[in-house]
Amino acid sequence: MSETHTSPAPAPRLDRARAVGAALVLIVAALAILGPLAVAGDPLAQSLSKALAGPEPGAPLGYDQYGRSIFHRLAHALRLSPPIAIASVLTAVAAGLTLGTLAAARGGWTDRILVTLTDALLALPGLLLVLIVLAIVPGKVTGLWAGLSLVLWVEFFRLTRAATRDTLASPAVQASRLLGFGPGYIFRTHIWPEIAPMMLTAAAFGTATAIMAIAALGYVHVGFGAPTPELGLMMVDLLPYWREAPLALLSPVTAIFVLLLGLTLLAGSRET
Amino acid sequence: MKVLAARLGQAVMVAVLIGTATFVMMRSLPGDAAWRIAAGRYGYDNVDAASAAAVREELGLDGPALPALLQWLGDLVRLDFGKSLVTGQPVTAELAHQLGASAALALVAVVMSLVIGPPLGILAGLRPGGLLDRALLVVSTGLKAVPQFLMALVLIVILAVQFRLLPAAGHGEARHFILPALALATGLAAVNARIARDAMARIADMQFWRFAQWKGLSERQTLTRHGLRNVAVPLVTYLGLQFVTLVEGVIVVEAVFGWPGIGHALVHAIFSRDVPMVQGTALVLGLGFVLVNAGIDLAVRRLDPRAAA
Repeated sequence: MSETHTSPAPAPRLDRARAVGAALVLIVAALAILGPLAVAGDPLAQSLSKALAGPEPGAPLGYDQYGRSIFHRLAHALRLSPPIAIASVLTAVAAGLTLGTLAAARGGWTDRILVTLTDALLALPGLLLVLIVLAIVPGKVTGLWAGLSLVLWVEFFRLTRAATRDTLASPAVQASRLLGFGPGYIFRTHIWPEIAPMMLTAAAFGTATAIMAIAALGYVHVGFGAPTPELGLMMVDLLPYWREAPLALLSPVTAIFVLLLGLTLLAGSRET
Repeated sequence: MKVLAARLGQAVMVAVLIGTATFVMMRSLPGDAAWRIAAGRYGYDNVDAASAAAVREELGLDGPALPALLQWLGDLVRLDFGKSLVTGQPVTAELAHQLGASAALALVAVVMSLVIGPPLGILAGLRPGGLLDRALLVVSTGLKAVPQFLMALVLIVILAVQFRLLPAAGHGEARHFILPALALATGLAAVNARIARDAMARIADMQFWRFAQWKGLSERQTLTRHGLRNVAVPLVTYLGLQFVTLVEGVIVVEAVFGWPGIGHALVHAIFSRDVPMVQGTALVLGLGFVLVNAGIDLAVRRLDPRAAA
């Protein structure tokens, strides 16, 4: 914690790591968005005669056990979980910011109730919460979005609340108040610049966590169901064919590793 | 004492939260819960409207919500978790069986991570900027980006499938521990090592450290007399936070390796909508986290008396 405040300038190294991270994320995003446009194909079309066959022009990464193009399945998988992850993070940021500022500004019972709630949520492993929400909410996409938002907002709430409390007590904010500026102005000029960098870091970590969770749930068969192209599901399906078609398994593994590494680097240094 | 009271409050909140969540889950099961449960009990080919109705009657799946919630939470307070909807066994009996397997796995994983991570971190922290330090930064950043299920997959492919050194699944013998524990331990070790490294680098830069060396202690003596305890404080504190990662990992890794523990049971319970089992497993995991952290609060006070003042 104190590390981030006391040392503002180990900049060059961090910036380079961030640039590498951004590049990795962009590469994966380009594959997801441009891939199917460059090479037309259907992620669900089977041709059993080509099962586990190697790469060819129509399927640059070869075929899976049902003769579906790995390339197109991978691209569509990368169009599925990252948007869910980003949507959850945005929801979490909105909720965390609103409730965090509210708790810091109002204090008293509002603060106490919210803090007790987040303390309890912190004690629950995130994946467990997502599993429970997934069982309650109908629909996998909405379930994952709701569950992940519920897990992720706690982090943003805590960051916002801690930073806002410090800022609100500062002489600068008192001066603004005495000059008659309203809460909206104070938030924009005093609070937001203070918490924006932290938010960015936490958002990148949150996105990585969410993508990881979706893939992990797919891998243990509680996430998305069979024909959907999903990263975790692809991996567990292709695992038995490792000897026959190593490239088929390596494609989703590499994709998720590059994506997560990119996001981690983009987030910058943080202890955990 | 104040810390313990706070942890107790946290535990109560966790129980209420899980109790309410599982109750909502019970109420809002997609599809007809009674049919699902009956199918789980009697097999999918043997379900008919009569058996579903019997299940509905037995479990009280109809009726107003609020009294049912209070009764549900009341059962929780009396530590009555009910019976598994699938096997018909009391939840507590099943949990007692699974908790041992999970705890053993988690313990082996933590010990493994502590053997791998902190020694490397301390060595790196003694020479900041050195070769080991830079290598460790790259490796630990890479490992942190590998989710546990992916690590499990890589280990299975390399050690079990390719070289046939270790069994990919199974339970009972010591060698069955190695792969699942290693899958959990690598991620933990990556974080452990970084924390130990940062703490070591910070301490080695302090005046008392230089004084100890100046008065003639060898590096080894300085480390054992003045270094280890200081490094242990952040390490133990983070161990509590890492427990969340560990529990999440246990859920996934057990499911991957077919380990007969709480995580495996939770995934299965979610899958078959076995709400009492979900509640039981979730409670054990959540309260386990609070308990471990209470223990860690106390341990940190023992290690660093300044914290208590």
